[in-house]
Amino acid sequence: MSAAGTRPAGPLRRAALRLLRVLGLPVLLVLGWWIYSVAEPTFYLPTPGRVAGAFTEVWFSARITEDVLPSVGRLLTGYALAGLLGVGLGVAIGSSRALRAAAEPVLEFFRAVPPPVLVPLITLLAGLDTTMKVLVIVSGCVWPVLLNTVEGVRAVDEVLADTGRCFGLRGPARLRHLVLPAASPQIMAGLRQALSIGIILMVIGEMFASTSGIGHTVVLFQRGFAIPEMWSGIVVLGLLGFGFSLAFRAAERRILAWHLARGEERGRHA
Amino acid sequence: MLEITGLGKTYEGRGGVEALRKIDFRVDGGDLVCVVGPSGCGKTTLLKCVAGLLTPTAGEVRVAGRRVTGPPPGMAVVFQEYGRSLFPWMTVRKNVELPLREKKVPAPRRRELVEEALAAVGLADAAAAHPWQLSGGMQQRVAIARAIAYEPRVLLMDEPFAAVDAQTRAELEDLLLTLWRRLGVTTLLVTHDIDEAVYLGRRVIVLSSAPTVVQEDLAVDLPAARDQITTRSAPRFAELRAHVYAQIKQAKGRAAGDRTAGDRAAEESAPPRQVPSPAPRDLKRKTDGRTR
Ligand SMILES: Nc1ncnc2c1ncn2[C@@H]1O[C@H](COP(=O)(O)OP(=O)(O)OP(=O)(O)O)[C@@H](O)[C@H]1O
Ligand SMILES: [Mg+2]
Repeated sequence: MSAAGTRPAGPLRRAALRLLRVLGLPVLLVLGWWIYSVAEPTFYLPTPGRVAGAFTEVWFSARITEDVLPSVGRLLTGYALAGLLGVGLGVAIGSSRALRAAAEPVLEFFRAVPPPVLVPLITLLAGLDTTMKVLVIVSGCVWPVLLNTVEGVRAVDEVLADTGRCFGLRGPARLRHLVLPAASPQIMAGLRQALSIGIILMVIGEMFASTSGIGHTVVLFQRGFAIPEMWSGIVVLGLLGFGFSLAFRAAERRILAWHLARGEERGRHA
Repeated sequence: MLEITGLGKTYEGRGGVEALRKIDFRVDGGDLVCVVGPSGCGKTTLLKCVAGLLTPTAGEVRVAGRRVTGPPPGMAVVFQEYGRSLFPWMTVRKNVELPLREKKVPAPRRRELVEEALAAVGLADAAAAHPWQLSGGMQQRVAIARAIAYEPRVLLMDEPFAAVDAQTRAELEDLLLTLWRRLGVTTLLVTHDIDEAVYLGRRVIVLSSAPTVVQEDLAVDLPAARDQITTRSAPRFAELRAHVYAQIKQAKGRAAGDRTAGDRAAEESAPPRQVPSPAPRDLKRKTDGRTR
C-alpha cells in the first residue's frame, strides 16, 4: 500500500529480508529465554550465556572423539543398515504377491508397536556392546523404511511396468530404472521417519544403558547437578538433529528432483 | 507375421467380464492393419494379448511362428495411456534410449538412433526435457519416437493419436506412414476413428461390440501412396469409410447371440472381403498422374 511496499526490492535488501526470516524467530526465542532467566533466576534454567560457556568448555574437548563421534557413528551405521535392509526386503515383499500375503500381518503388527515399548529391551541389550547398540537402532528404524518401500513398490504404475516388460527391462536394470525410482518418493518418506526414530533410540539407549555417548553425558551432568552443562548437551542433541535433517533434505532434493519439480509443475497448472 | 487364432479373453472377478469372445485374423510381414471397434469392445485387451502382457483364456497368438507367452523380442508397443508409459524421472532422451540399452545396442549407434527418432517426430529440441514438462501431444510423440528408435519388427499402437489436436494428428499419421514404408515394420494399430483406420490401413479389421468377434476384415484398395488431402477426398475413401461406418453401426445394433458359431467360423475363414468398387483404377491413375 505504501510507497515502500511497491518499490522493487534490491538484491541487498532481499538478502537482508531473507536473513531476518531465517534468524528472526531463533533470535527472539533466545532473547526471551535470556530475559526470563535474568528476571527470574532459578537454578534449573541458567542464562544462555552460561549455557554457551558450558557448551564450549564441555564439548570442544576430548568429548568430541569420546562421546559425540561414537554416538553419531553408531547412529549412522544403524540407520544405513536399516535403510538397506528395509529397502531390500521391501522391494522383495512389494514385488511378490505371495510374499506380501505372508508378511503383511506381521509387518502390520510391528508397525503398531510404538518405539518407546522398546525401551526396557534397549536397557537390557544396549548396554552390552556397540553391536547391540547398533542393532537397537536398526530394529527401530527398519519398519518405516520397509513398510513405505512395500507400498511404493506395489504402487508402481501398471502402464509403466508393462512398458518395461515390453522393452525387455528385467532383473537389476528393472530395479534400477523402474522399481526403485518409482518407489523413491515413498522410500524417502520412510527414511525420513526412520531418521527421527533413529536419533531418539540413540539417545534413549545411551541414557539408560551406556558408559559413553551424548545421551549418557547429559544424564551424567543431570545427576551431578551440573545444570548448564546438562543444557549444553541438550543443545548438542538439538543441533545434531537439525544438522541431520538439513543433510537429509539436501539429499532428498537431489534424489527426488524430478518428483518435486513435477509436483510444482502440476501445482502451477491446477 | 502375426497369427491370432480363436483368441478369447475373459477377465476374472465379479462374474467375469468377457472382453473378447473369438478373434481370428492374421497380419502378413510388413503389413499395416488397423483395428476399429466401438469403445469398450476390447481393442486394448486384444493388443495386450498380442503383446504378451495378458494371457488369453482361449486360443493363441503367434508372432513369427512362435506362440506368445510373454512380450516377444523385437516388438514395440505404444500405449493408449502414453503419459503413464514414459518414465518421469528420465529426460526425453533417456526415455528413448533405455530400451536400446537393454537391447545392448552400442553407445554410438544408440545416440544416432535416438537423435534420428526424436528428429523424425520433431522433438529434437526437447531431448533434455522431462516428459511432464511437455504437452500431451509431445508426450505421445516421445512414446512414438521410443518405439521407432527400437527398430522393432512388429509395432503395436493403441489409439496413438487420440489425444492430439487435428493438425498434429494428421502430421503424426503421415509420419507413421513414412516410417512404416521406410522400415517395413509390421504394424497393428488400434483406433476408434474410422477415417483414420481407412486412411492408414492397408486392411481394416472391424470388431463387433461385446461379445467381441471380428465383424469384418476389409482390404483397403486405395493407392499405396496416401495423402491427407487427395486420399481423404477420393470417392473410394468415402465409400470405404461409409462401409466401415455401416458395419460398426450394425455391430452395435446386433444382439449378442443371433449369430451361430458356424456362421462366424465360415465368415472368419473367408479371405478379406472386398467392397464392390466402381473404379479403383481411375483413382490410381489420377494419383499417379499427380506425382509424375
Ligand atoms: N483389468 C480388467 N479387469 C476387468 N475387466 C477389464 C479389465 N480391462 C478391461 N476390462 C473390460 O474389458 C472390456 C474391454 O476393455 P478394453 O479396455 O480392452 O476396451 P477398448 O476397446 O480398448 O476400449 P476403449 O475404446 O475405451 O479404449 C471392457 O468392458 C472393460 O471394462
Ligand atoms: Mg482401449
